Amino acid sequence: MATYLEFIQQNEEQDGVRFSWNVWPSSRLEATRMVVPLACLLTPLKERPDLPPVQYEPVLCSRPTCKAILNPLWVTIEVSGVAIADGSFIGVCPTLFPPAYTGISEVNQPAELMPHFSTIEYMVQRGAQSPLIFLYVVDTCLEEDDLQALKESLQMSLSLLPPDALVGLITFGRMVQVHELSCEGISKSYVFRGTKDLTAKQIQDMLGLSKPAMLMQQARPTQPQEHPFVSSRFLQPVHKIDMNLTDLLGELQRDPWPVTQGKRPLRSTGVALSIAVGLLEGTFPNTGARIMLFTGGPPTQGPGMVVGDELKTPIRSWHDIEKDNARFMKKATKHYEMLANRTAANGHCIDIYACALDQTGLLEMKCCTNLTGGHMVMGDSFNTSLFKQTFQRIFSKDFNGNFRMAFGATLEVKTSRELKIAGAIGPCVSLNVKGPCVSENELGVGGTSQWKICALDPTSTLGIYFEVANQHNAPIPQGGRGAIQFVTQYQHSSTQKRIRVTTIARNWADAQSQLRHIEAAFDQEAAAVLMARLGVFRAESEEGPDVLRWLDRQLIRLCQKFGQYNKEDPTSFRLSDAFSLYPQFMFHLRRSPFLQVFNNSPDESSYYRHHFGRQDLTQSLIMIQPILYSYSFHGPPEPVLLDSSSILADRILLMDTFFQIVIYLGETIAQWRKAGYQDMPEYENFKHLLQAPLDDAQEILQARFPMPRYVNTEHGGSQSRFLLSKVNPSQTHNNLYAWGQETGAPILTDDVSLQVFMDHLKKLAVSSAS
Amino acid sequence: MSQQGYVATPPYSQAQPGIGLSPPHYGHYGDPSHTASPPNMMKPSGPLGAATPGGMLPPGPPPPGTHQFGQNGAHASGHPPQRFPGPPPLNNAAPSYPPYSASTPSAYPSPGSTSSVTQLGNQLSAMQMNNYGSSMGAPNQGPPGPPAAALPGPSRPPPPSILQPGSQVLPPPPTALNGPGPSPMSPPTHRPDGLPGPAPPNAHYQPPPLPGQTLGTGYPPQQAANYGAQMAGPQLGYPGGFPGGPAQMAGLPQPQKKLDPDAIPSPIQVIENDIASRGGQVYATNTRGQVPPLVTTDSVIQDQGNASPRYIRCTTYCFPCTSDMAKQAQIPLAAVIKPFATIPSNETPLYLVNHGETGPVRCNRCKAYMCPFMQFIEGGRRYQCAFCSCVNDVPPFYFQHLDHMGRRLDHYEKPELSLGSYEYVATLDYCRKNKPPNPPAFIFMIDVSYSNIKNGLVKLICEELKTVLENLPKEEQEEASAIRVGFITYNKVLHFFNVKSNLAQPQMMVVTDVGEVFVPLLDGFLVNYQESQSVIHNLLDQIPEMFAESNENETVFAPVIQAGMEALKAADCPGKLFIFHSSLPTAEAPGKLKNRDDKKLVNTDKEKVLFQPQSGVYEALAKDCVAHGCSVTLFLFPSQYVDVASMGLVPQLTGGTLYKYNNFQMQLDSHQFLTDLRNDIEKKIGFDAIMRVRTSTGFRATDFFGGIFMNNTTDVEMAAIDCDKAVTVEFKHDDKLGEDSGALIQCAVLYTTISGQRRLRIHNLGLNCSSQLGDLYKSCETDALINFFAKSAFKAILHQPLKVIREILVNQTAHMLACYRKNCASPSAASQLILPDSMKVLPVYMNCLLKSCVLLSRPEISTDERTFQRQLVMTMDVADSQLFFYPKLLPIHTLDVKSTTLPAAVRCSESRLSEEGIFLLANGLNMFLWLGVSSPPEVIQGIFNVPSFAHINTDMTLLPEVGSPYSQKLRMIMSILQQKRPYSMKLTVVKQREQPEMGFRQFLVEDKGLYGGASYVDFLCCVHKEICQLLR
Repeated sequence: MATYLEFIQQNEEQDGVRFSWNVWPSSRLEATRMVVPLACLLTPLKERPDLPPVQYEPVLCSRPTCKAILNPLWVTIEVSGVAIADGSFIGVCPTLFPPAYTGISEVNQPAELMPHFSTIEYMVQRGAQSPLIFLYVVDTCLEEDDLQALKESLQMSLSLLPPDALVGLITFGRMVQVHELSCEGISKSYVFRGTKDLTAKQIQDMLGLSKPAMLMQQARPTQPQEHPFVSSRFLQPVHKIDMNLTDLLGELQRDPWPVTQGKRPLRSTGVALSIAVGLLEGTFPNTGARIMLFTGGPPTQGPGMVVGDELKTPIRSWHDIEKDNARFMKKATKHYEMLANRTAANGHCIDIYACALDQTGLLEMKCCTNLTGGHMVMGDSFNTSLFKQTFQRIFSKDFNGNFRMAFGATLEVKTSRELKIAGAIGPCVSLNVKGPCVSENELGVGGTSQWKICALDPTSTLGIYFEVANQHNAPIPQGGRGAIQFVTQYQHSSTQKRIRVTTIARNWADAQSQLRHIEAAFDQEAAAVLMARLGVFRAESEEGPDVLRWLDRQLIRLCQKFGQYNKEDPTSFRLSDAFSLYPQFMFHLRRSPFLQVFNNSPDESSYYRHHFGRQDLTQSLIMIQPILYSYSFHGPPEPVLLDSSSILADRILLMDTFFQIVIYLGETIAQWRKAGYQDMPEYENFKHLLQAPLDDAQEILQARFPMPRYVNTEHGGSQSRFLLSKVNPSQTHNNLYAWGQETGAPILTDDVSLQVFMDHLKKLAVSSAS
Repeated sequence: MSQQGYVATPPYSQAQPGIGLSPPHYGHYGDPSHTASPPNMMKPSGPLGAATPGGMLPPGPPPPGTHQFGQNGAHASGHPPQRFPGPPPLNNAAPSYPPYSASTPSAYPSPGSTSSVTQLGNQLSAMQMNNYGSSMGAPNQGPPGPPAAALPGPSRPPPPSILQPGSQVLPPPPTALNGPGPSPMSPPTHRPDGLPGPAPPNAHYQPPPLPGQTLGTGYPPQQAANYGAQMAGPQLGYPGGFPGGPAQMAGLPQPQKKLDPDAIPSPIQVIENDIASRGGQVYATNTRGQVPPLVTTDSVIQDQGNASPRYIRCTTYCFPCTSDMAKQAQIPLAAVIKPFATIPSNETPLYLVNHGETGPVRCNRCKAYMCPFMQFIEGGRRYQCAFCSCVNDVPPFYFQHLDHMGRRLDHYEKPELSLGSYEYVATLDYCRKNKPPNPPAFIFMIDVSYSNIKNGLVKLICEELKTVLENLPKEEQEEASAIRVGFITYNKVLHFFNVKSNLAQPQMMVVTDVGEVFVPLLDGFLVNYQESQSVIHNLLDQIPEMFAESNENETVFAPVIQAGMEALKAADCPGKLFIFHSSLPTAEAPGKLKNRDDKKLVNTDKEKVLFQPQSGVYEALAKDCVAHGCSVTLFLFPSQYVDVASMGLVPQLTGGTLYKYNNFQMQLDSHQFLTDLRNDIEKKIGFDAIMRVRTSTGFRATDFFGGIFMNNTTDVEMAAIDCDKAVTVEFKHDDKLGEDSGALIQCAVLYTTISGQRRLRIHNLGLNCSSQLGDLYKSCETDALINFFAKSAFKAILHQPLKVIREILVNQTAHMLACYRKNCASPSAASQLILPDSMKVLPVYMNCLLKSCVLLSRPEISTDERTFQRQLVMTMDVADSQLFFYPKLLPIHTLDVKSTTLPAAVRCSESRLSEEGIFLLANGLNMFLWLGVSSPPEVIQGIFNVPSFAHINTDMTLLPEVGSPYSQKLRMIMSILQQKRPYSMKLTVVKQREQPEMGFRQFLVEDKGLYGGASYVDFLCCVHKEICQLLR
C-alpha cells in the first residue's frame, strides 16, 4: 500500500488535504456502512513555497448554480476557435473563456489548468486595502513582575508589527480604559465602568466615534475616503505612535484600586472585551483585526464575570459544573458567545493570553477564540518564556517576510453532485449559505457551504465532513470521479486579498464489488483525527460518558465491518494494515484530556480542546497519542511504544504531547548524572547522551505554537507524572508481579491498559450480538 | 407649628376688642397651611389686627365705616387693590390731595387741620397720626430714664422711649394730634407689588415742638442742627427724576407737606452713635444677656464665659418668660450663629481641649458638653446640667475640688469651664465609621465648553490655579497644607486627570457615561500639590490648548457634581468642589435643565416656582453630597438664563458658595473673579460638620436657615462650613423660662479640620429672661432681626406668594412696634409714632428688605439675579446682611486725604448726593463710584488722572493707580470696605445723568425704588398707620 501512503502524503503536501477515504463508496447506503464518514482535514493556507500567487482574477463557471473556478479538472473543448471549459461539477457547464484566454492550447495553458496546480492562489485587486489592526486589551490587575514582563512583551511586539498596521490599547481592571493614542503632551483615555454592559452603539457614542467621523468628512471634502479609517483616534499606525505607545505602556500602572485581604481584584474582562469589539465594529468592520486579550485572572465583575471577588469562594470546577453549581457560568458564557458572534460577523478575531496559576475563565471565554480563529494561550505567568516566546511567535514571518497570519477568510466548498456537505469542525462560524450541495444531516457546524474563518495561519486546519448523496440505484459509471473544490478568500497579512483554490477528485468505487479498494485507500490517521474532532465537538455539548460510548460503538462497528474474523472467536480477529493503528488511536483518545476532564480544570479542558480543534493532522495525532523517543547507549534514538514497559532505567525518554515536552531520565541515568559522570572527560559519550534529547526538545520547542510546557525530570521526580499519566499502563500495581520485574515501570492506576482494551474490542467485534 | 412668628397677627386690635385674648394664629412662612391664605386675603378685610387663619385677616365683618377705612389701612400695608370695595373714600380723598408739586414750605399743620373734618371719621383721623421722629430718635430731654443706668456705656445716648416713652416723646400734643395730613390721608395708592404707595405722606413727621431740647441730649450736635434745619427749611420732597412708578402713583396728588427725611431715624446716626459709645473698647462677655456692640462697631471682644458676638448674635438678648409674652410681642427669638467666624488677631483664638480617649465631658441625659453654665455640687463630685437639670457624676479623671464660692479650683485653667467658646478634640466615636478622617480634598472642575474657551476663562482659571494652589489653607502650626487636590474638566463628558507625582505627564481619563457617572481612578487623582507640582503645572498649561479646537457647546452639570462627590467618596475623605460653569446644562444627562424662565409668572401665585429647582435631581444629589462631606462651590459665568434656582441648590445645601459673574468679560471681571477664587480657596473651613443647638429647658430651636441640610429636626448637617457662613436659628417656647436661670444656648459643631482632625467647636451663650416686655424691647438687636426676617422671608418664597410674604413682614413690623407702644411706652397721643430705641431703624431696614429685588415682583429683574441674591442672603451673617440691605454710601469729594479713617457715611438717598460730589457706595456685592456732573476737577485728576469729568472712561472695574493722595486714599477706603467681605465687590464707575446711573440708584434705598418699593418716609407712614390700626 505504499502507493496509497505516497499518494496521501503527496496530496497533503500539495493541497493540504487528507481524506478519511481516498476511494469513495459510490452510494449513500454503502457510505454509511463504512462507519467513518467521508471527510477531510483541510489546511487552507498550507505553506507552499513553490506556489507563487498568480496576479489575475479567477475564471468562474458561468452557470450560476455552479460558479466553480477554473481548475485542472476542467475539460477544454475548442468550439469554432473559442475555448470552452466544462466545470464538471454539476455536469457539463459550458463556459466561455474570457478573451485573454483565447490563445489556449495543449502546450500553452494557463497555470490553473495544469494538473499540479490543483491548488492555486490568486491575488486580486478588489476593494480597498486596509491595514492590519492589533488591539491590545490588557489586564492591569497583575502582580508587579507579571505586569512588567507583559509590558515589555507588548513594547517588544510593536517592533514586530508592520509599520502601517494600526494598533490600539485598552487596559482594564476595575475600570476599562480605552487609550487615545494620537495625543501629544498628555495621555488621554476614555474610561468605562467595569460593571455596566453597553451596546455597540452606546460604546461608539461614548467614544465619540459616530460624530467625529462625520465631521471629518465634512471638514475635508477634498480628500474623501483616502484613509477613512485614520479617523479613529484609538487606532493609529504603528510607525506614527511607536514612541508614544511605548511610553504609554511603560507608564502603565497596576490597577490602582485597593484590593482588600481575602478578595480578588475586580477585573472587568467582560466589559473590556465588549468595548474592544464595539470599537472595532464601529470603526473597521470587515477588515483584518486581532483583539489580543492579556489577562491574569478570572473576570470578577460585570457582565461576563466568572467568579465573585471573595477568595473564599473558589472558581468553578468540573465537579461544580456537573452538579450545576457554577453560578456565573451560563450567563458569562452567553455574554462571551454574543461577543464572539459579533466579532466573527465583523471578521475580527480575539486572542486570549491567559497567564495565571489559577483558572482565568477560559471555559466561558473559549468561544471568543474558537469562533473567531483567535489564539488561546495559557500559562502560569507572563514572566515565563512560555508566554514570551509564544507571543513572539505570533508575529513570526514566512519565507517571504510576511506574517503567518491571514484574516477574514471565507471558505467555500463546492462538490460534484454526488456529494453533499455535512459540516465543518474548526475555528470557523457558519455563513449560512444554503445550496443544493448542503446536506440536511449536520456533522459539526453544518447547514452551509461557506464558513467564515476570521483568522487563520498556515497550520489552521478544519475538518470537513461530507455525505455521499448518490442513491444506490443510480450507480456511477466505472472510472467516474467525484470532485471537491475548496475556495478560500482571505486577506493576506500583506493586506492583499487573495483567493486560494484547491480542487481535488477521487475515484468512486462500488462498495460491494470493490471493498478492497476502498479499504486500502483508508487513511487511518486522518480518520482518527476526524473522528476525534467529532467526538470532541460532541463532548462540548454532551456528557462525557455518552461521547465515549459513541466512540466505542463506532470503533466496534468499524472493526466488525473491516476486521477479518470468525464469529464468536476473538482470537481470530485481524485487521488489515490500513486499519491496524486505528484502535490504538482510539484507545489513547479515550484517555486524552480532550475527552477526560478528570484531573483537569475546566479551563485546561477548554484550552486543550481549543488546540485540538485547529491543529493539522500531525499535531493532532501527537495530541491524541504522544510520541515517545528513547535515547540509550544501545543504539541511536528511536521511537518507542507509549507504554510503561518503555520506561527503563538505562534510557532517557523524550515525550512530546504537543502541550508538554517531557524529558525523563531513567533511574540509572539519573544516578549517573548525579554522580557527575557527564563532567568527566572519559565519559563524554554520556554527556552527549544527556544532551541529545535536550537538542531534540529544543527543535520541537522552536517550531511549535503555542510553546509547550518544557519538563525536565527523572525517575522518581514529581514531574514524572506527566509521562506516567500518558503511557499505556501495561504494568500496574495490579499485574506487576504477573509480568515480572525485569522491564518497565508500574503505573499506579486502575485504568485499563491497551491490551485489555483490545481484548474487549475483539470480543465485541466478533460477537454476533452487537 | 405654633411658633410665635414674626408673622403672627398682632394680638391687639382696638377695632375688635377681645381679639387680643383670643389665641393668635401664627402665620408662618414655612407652614403649608398658609398657602391657603391668599384666597382669603382677597376678601375685604379689616384691620390687620384681626386674627384669621391667614394670619392677617380679621374675622367678623367690622362696621362698614371702619371696614373701609381698615381697608385703606390694610391697603397701605400691601393688600391688593381689589380689596377696596368702596370708591367713596377714594373719591373723597383724592381731591383733597394737594398736587405734589406744591411743596409748601410750611410743613405740617395747616392743611392738616382741615382734614380732621373729613368723612373718614375718627378712624381716619386716628390713622393720620403724626410720626414722632424725635420721639423715636433720641430720647428727648426727658429725664434720663432709669434704663440708662442699666446700660454700660455712659456715653450712650440715654435710652429714650423705652421705659417712659410717653413723657419724653409726646411733648407736642397739639401738633401731634392735628395730624397734618388728615386730609391727605391718601387712599393708599396701591401698587401692584403691595408696598405702600408713596402716598401716606399725610402722616407727617411731626417735629418735636422743642427741637433743641429733644435732640440735644441724645444726638450729637450736628445732628440736632440738621433736624432743626430741615424742619425749618422747605421739604426736600421726593427726589424727582425717578422713572415713573406705577400709574396710580403718578396720578396721585402728593400731599403738600413732606416729612423731613432728616428727622426720621437715621441708620447712619445709630451706627455712628454706637461707634462713638462703644467703638474701640473692650467688650467682655461676662454678663448674661448684655447687648453687644453693633456689627458696624469695632471693638475688642473678650471671652469671659459667653460666646463672642462674632460667633453668635441674637435678635434679642432677653427672652420673654412665657410664650404668651412672646406671642404678644411677636419679636422673633432667634440667634445668628457663625461658628467659624474669623477672629481678629488681637483677640484670643479658640482653645483646644483634649481629654484624650475619654472625649469631652457631657451630660448623660441631654448630651450637652461641659461648659461654664454647669453647676458643680457635692464638693465637686457631681454637677448639674444647666440645660436639662440632670445631676451627673463627675468622671474621676475630671474631678476637682470646689472653692468657697462653689467653683472648681481649676475654673480658670480649663477653657470649657471659663470660656464661652472653645474646641474639643473629638474621639473616634465622633468619626464616621469610627475611623479617623482623611484630610480633605479640593477638586477643581472646569467647564471647557466652547464659550469658556473662547472668552479665555479656562486659561485664566488655569493660570490662576498655579499660584493660588500655593496657598491652600493649612493649620497654623503646620508647614504644608494637608489638603489634596484633583482636577476635572468637562463639557458634555467628563475628563479626569491623573497627576500622580511620578508621572512624566498628566493622564487624562474621559468618562462619557454621564448617565451613571463614576470615578475612573483613585490613585493619582487626588494628590498633594507640592509633590505633584510639576505634573499639575504641566496639566494646567495644557488644558487650554487641549480644548482649543473644541466646539462643544453643550454641558452637563449634575454628573459633574456627582463625579466629584464619588471621587471624594472613593477616597474616603471630605472635600470641596470648585466648579467653574457657564451655561444651562442641556446635554442629555441627569439634571438636564431646560429654559423655563417665564416672566409671566412674576407677580402671580406661581412665582414661587421660579425659585424652586426644576427637578428633584439636585436635591437628591445635595443630600448625597452632604452625606459624604462634599461641599460644592459654584462659579457661574452666565451670558443668559442658567436657572440658578436649580444649579445653585447643591452649593446652597452643601454649605458651598455661589458666585455669579454675568456676561463675564476678561478685562472687566477677571479681577473680581480671581479675588473671589483666591479668597474662597484660602479661607478657613470645616468639613463634614454637624451642628446641634441645645437649649436650656423652656425653649428650643425650631427652625434653621442657612447653607445647611437637615435630615431630621435637630441635626444641622453641613458638608462644609466656612468662616463666612452663618446659620440663623429660631427658638420657640415650650415652657416657661425663669428670670433667674435665664435662657442658655449651646451650639456644638462637630467637624473635620483642614488637616483631617475631628473636632468639636462649642459656643455657649446665656441670655436673660424677663416677664417685662420692656426688657425684651430693650435688648433687641435690629441688625439680627433683619437677618432673621430676610432669611425667613427668603425661605418662605419657595412656598408662598410673595405678596403674602410682604404683607406678613409689614404686619409683623407694625405688630412689634404696636406692642411696644401699647405696653411699654407711656400713654401718648395716638397719632404719635413711638419706636423703641433698639428698633429705631427697623422700619428703614425692613423697607430695604421689602425692596430687595428678591421680594420685589418685577419682570424687569432677571430671575437668576433674584434667585442668586436670595441664596446669598440665606447664609449671610448679621454684618453682611446689614450692609447688603443698607449699603454704605461715602462721600469722596470731601475726603480728608490725611486722615486714616473712613469718611462719615451718609444716608442712602439721592438727596444726599450733589452735583459737585463724588460718592462711593458698597453693599457687599457691588461697589459704585458715582461722579456728579460738577465733580471737582482736581479730585477727578487725582483719582483718574484725566483732566475733566468728560474725559473719564467709565469702562473700568479697577481704579488706576495714579499715585496722588486722592487715589491712594480712595483705594485704601475701597480695600477697607472690601475687607472681611465674603464676596469681592465689582466696582462700577457711574456718571451722573448717564444711563448706568440707574444701576446705582437702586441702591439708594431710602428713596422710592426704581422698580417700585416705597421710600423710607412712605414706609414709615405706612407702618405708622398700621400701628394705629392695631392700637385702636
